Amino acid sequence: MVELTLPKRSQIKTGKRYKAPSGAKNVRVYKIYRFDPETGENPRWDKYEVDSKAHGPMLLDSLIYIKNNVDSTLSFRRSCREGICGSCAMNIGGRNTLACTKGHDEFSGEITIAPLPHMPVVKDLVPDLSGFYAQYASVEPYLQSTTPDPEKERLQTPASRDKLDGLYECILCACCSTSCPSYWWNQDKYLGPAALLQAYRWIADSRDDKTKQRLESLEDPFKLYRCHTIMNCAQVCPKGLNPAKAIAEIKKMMPAK
Amino acid sequence: MTQPPNAPKAVYRPLSPHLQVWRFHITMLTSILHRATGLALVVGAVLVAAWLVAIGLTASGCFPQAYTVFLSFAASPFGLFIWFGLSLAGFIHLTGGIRHLIWDMGLGFELKSANALSWWGLILGIALTVGFWAVLLATGKVVL
Repeated sequence: MVELTLPKRSQIKTGKRYKAPSGAKNVRVYKIYRFDPETGENPRWDKYEVDSKAHGPMLLDSLIYIKNNVDSTLSFRRSCREGICGSCAMNIGGRNTLACTKGHDEFSGEITIAPLPHMPVVKDLVPDLSGFYAQYASVEPYLQSTTPDPEKERLQTPASRDKLDGLYECILCACCSTSCPSYWWNQDKYLGPAALLQAYRWIADSRDDKTKQRLESLEDPFKLYRCHTIMNCAQVCPKGLNPAKAIAEIKKMMPAK
Repeated sequence: MTQPPNAPKAVYRPLSPHLQVWRFHITMLTSILHRATGLALVVGAVLVAAWLVAIGLTASGCFPQAYTVFLSFAASPFGLFIWFGLSLAGFIHLTGGIRHLIWDMGLGFELKSANALSWWGLILGIALTVGFWAVLLATGKVVL
């Protein structure tokens, strides 16, 4: 359902301001979404003044600096710090991206950092992605062949292999799905860009024999067709992929199946 | 979404901000405009139907003043403002429809192309509206 405003208990109050030590230079202000499940109080915006020369160039460096030096209660996910694990996906400056590959000098003025949009928040910048993962599982993202396993690997022509470029690189960070207004309003029924890109990754695979069944399972007013080509997914993908294009390819295959 | 057995149950999880923090892209804006103009055109269709009814009532002699009554609204400054808005909605919806046809063919998905399609659809829609009214005024079909 379309609900343009946040529910009452999700509305964000003004929080604390952590001042930079006097005499600090290059002060950058981070406005960060905070929610503490133990108090259950409404979320709040805390502001942190940080010397941007005191840490590395990426937003993840800023967050780690704040956690280590200013406020150890700040929670966020991170792991690889090089854009391949997808853990530190969040909304920075109004767009979903990976904190580890986005430089703080790419922004001017105060930088707003919020969890991935329109998701249940576990704590601070940590959203509950279990629904997102269940949708990924529902597209059966693995090879299904009707032929017996060969001695060695299953072969593919270079041309067939090329069809997987732009699809296999997805790291499931959920930046795209949580950027999509259709997903915001109907994430219980619409699969969302990430799961659909993954579905197309197997539909397009010449070694997979379940193409017809895969298409049939997507033939549904919500699962696939809630995509209205708003393009937010492609606009924000930190890996430069294009889920909107993959979804369009699935739609094109529907009448021919 | 199974919980581990000793997990505290029913912890409140607020909804993270969405429209409240999102910075719009042109493609998102034109997508919303495509819907809004589509809705406006439904209202416009009712007005055009009323126009036809007025013509019918006058021509059939059932209610000879019908067309004059209709024009007293439709040709008033407020009426013209409404028609202008509806024509703008019509042309923006038209270019938006063409953009969606291109996308439905699987073309124009590169970000540069998608953004350009959105901008040009918007600009062309406005230009067509201005041109349309320039012709109406120049040929005396509409008198202010």
